[in-house]
Amino acid sequence: MVIETQGLTKRYGRVVAVEGLELRIEAGEVYGLLGPNGSGKTTTILMLLGLTEPSAGQVRVLGLDPVREPLSLKRQVGYLPDSVGFYGEMTAWENLSYIARLNGLPPALAKARMERVLERMGLAEVAHRPVGAFSRGMRQRLGLAEVLLKEPKVVILDEPTLGLDPEAAQEFLKMIQSLKSEGITVLLSSHLLHQVQAICDRVGLFHKGRLVLEGRVEELAQRVLGGAYRIRLEATPLQGLAERLQALPEVSRVQAEAQGLRLEATQDIRPQVARAVLEAGAALQSLVLEQPSLDEVYARYFQEVRHAA
Amino acid sequence: MQRSSTSRRREGSPWTGLWAVFFKEMADHLSSTRMRILEVLILLSAVGAVYAGAQTLRQTISEDPFLLLRVFTAAQDPLPSFVAFLSFFLPLAAIALGFDAINGEYNRNTLSRILAQPIYRDALLWGKFLAGLATIALILLALFLLVVGLSLIFLGVPPSSEEVARALLFLLATLAYTGVWLGIALVTSVLFRSAATSALAAIAVWLFFALFWGIIAQLLAQAVAPFDPFDPESELRQTEALLAFSRLSPNTLYAEAIQALLNPGVRSLGPVLISQLEGALLGSPLPLGQSFLLAWPQLTGLIALTIGLFAVAYVLFQRREVRA
Ligand SMILES: Nc1ncnc2c1ncn2[C@@H]1O[C@H](COP(=O)(O)OP(=O)(O)OP(=O)(O)O)[C@@H](O)[C@H]1O
Ligand SMILES: [Mg+2]
Repeated sequence: MVIETQGLTKRYGRVVAVEGLELRIEAGEVYGLLGPNGSGKTTTILMLLGLTEPSAGQVRVLGLDPVREPLSLKRQVGYLPDSVGFYGEMTAWENLSYIARLNGLPPALAKARMERVLERMGLAEVAHRPVGAFSRGMRQRLGLAEVLLKEPKVVILDEPTLGLDPEAAQEFLKMIQSLKSEGITVLLSSHLLHQVQAICDRVGLFHKGRLVLEGRVEELAQRVLGGAYRIRLEATPLQGLAERLQALPEVSRVQAEAQGLRLEATQDIRPQVARAVLEAGAALQSLVLEQPSLDEVYARYFQEVRHAA
Repeated sequence: MQRSSTSRRREGSPWTGLWAVFFKEMADHLSSTRMRILEVLILLSAVGAVYAGAQTLRQTISEDPFLLLRVFTAAQDPLPSFVAFLSFFLPLAAIALGFDAINGEYNRNTLSRILAQPIYRDALLWGKFLAGLATIALILLALFLLVVGLSLIFLGVPPSSEEVARALLFLLATLAYTGVWLGIALVTSVLFRSAATSALAAIAVWLFFALFWGIIAQLLAQAVAPFDPFDPESELRQTEALLAFSRLSPNTLYAEAIQALLNPGVRSLGPVLISQLEGALLGSPLPLGQSFLLAWPQLTGLIALTIGLFAVAYVLFQRREVRA
């Protein structure tokens, strides 16, 4: 177990930021922390790194206690904060070499590693330019370069794709994925669910400081969406179709959308749906079975929470 | 040092990474625009001091065993004496170097990145403090050499070893005095998130001591030990109270310390202002050791004040959340 917490709790005065967190992350996993704003993701990350002291509970990262053994822990754990900043008047190289010195790397080793990580992040050409002139994407890559500088066993990324354009985000996610192939354990927080779905082995959903759902994306879909098959269809005209389809015994739910309808059914009933549409005298334009997405799990979960409240 | 909130033992040394921080901050200071401005001021002040010293000396004595020390304390209208200039300029220089030490890291979003490295907060704070102090020491040394060099050229008298020793002790006292202001700037840089507010607050403290503390000390002394025309001792008590109150100010401590160190004729310390130092009467000179003993309480007071302020900054910083 690389990251393990027991009853981890953080209170800021009367605000409970994280409550009774039981997190277990195994070596080599990519784990995604999800949750709405203010649900306690960043607070959890800070406690894992010993940057904030827990109010209660236990943390072990690589078997180390972040409060008592912060130095050996931080030597092996890389952290990319959500708002990453550098010394703007210093070059990328100087910024990295400061970090290398803080890590106590001998100069020769530091130089070799800095060249390697800058190359890997595609920053070799701009290494000697002041960071003040870097774009958001370049800063983020420099941040990851810095994280890799200490050759960490665990990498913790807080909203790593925040503010990146889609292409840069995609590229960044690929870099994160490449860490997994090196055996690095990755913990990341994000709001961009399809990205999380694409690269995370497991995800944990936070809500008001509690970990309310956890598991592989398919498992969560099973649990939250009740194992339903979701079928999306486009047809014209739509009038009267919804009632007709609702009448099918396997259909549990029909939802109107801009272009067509969305069904939830207990089985894959595309043939029956096609027949029903044709019998109604409408023209069928498309009919697809959707893969369960994290977006949906997320939306549905919070819908239910709101209903329950 | 121990953590403020807990007394658990921590792993490793709190100084890990201290030198990395120190050298980075030092390089920052030395290459900054602030430093260029300070350098211009240094040059002007050194030239002014030697000029004023030379003018006064030509008019007065030719046989003075402490010629170099006269250069430090001689004033020539409209120029203030060198020590008066230093006591005015150095607090501002210290504030300029320290006012954004910690809040600058917050504002650049670099703090959480730095603290995620294997160092303690102690190292960051100490590194910044020592770098500021070393920068000031460098400025002082440059100033000192300039003044000594220029006065050698213009006055043509090499300083005696006692003079050099006194001058170096004076530098030490000045460094301790500057340390106090660096400590104040460090505290405001932890307290206030905005660099401008922090600078303003530190300057407000400086103004308070430079302009208002004298008056307040007087009022306090009058309140504590009222003057009674029928009691001959009441006047003495009031003077003593005034002395005690005014010694709460680092400016008074510094003025007294350098008075003892630079003026071998001074045999006891009373509440004096730097302006009174200029042209103070020479008695028979005190040996260096005696002058040093005279200045000792003031020196330790300044150093203790510096350490106290650093401790306040330390405790405040340990409790700060890394998140802005
Ligand atoms: N220094 C602080 N003082 C008081 N409350 C705080 C402090 N820091 C965080 N909080 C509170 O703790 C809760 C959790 O915040 P946290 O930043 O961990 O959420 P998050 O999940 O990272 O949110 P986001 O997605 O917006 O980054 C919030 O309610 C926040 O207001
Ligand atoms: Mg956050």
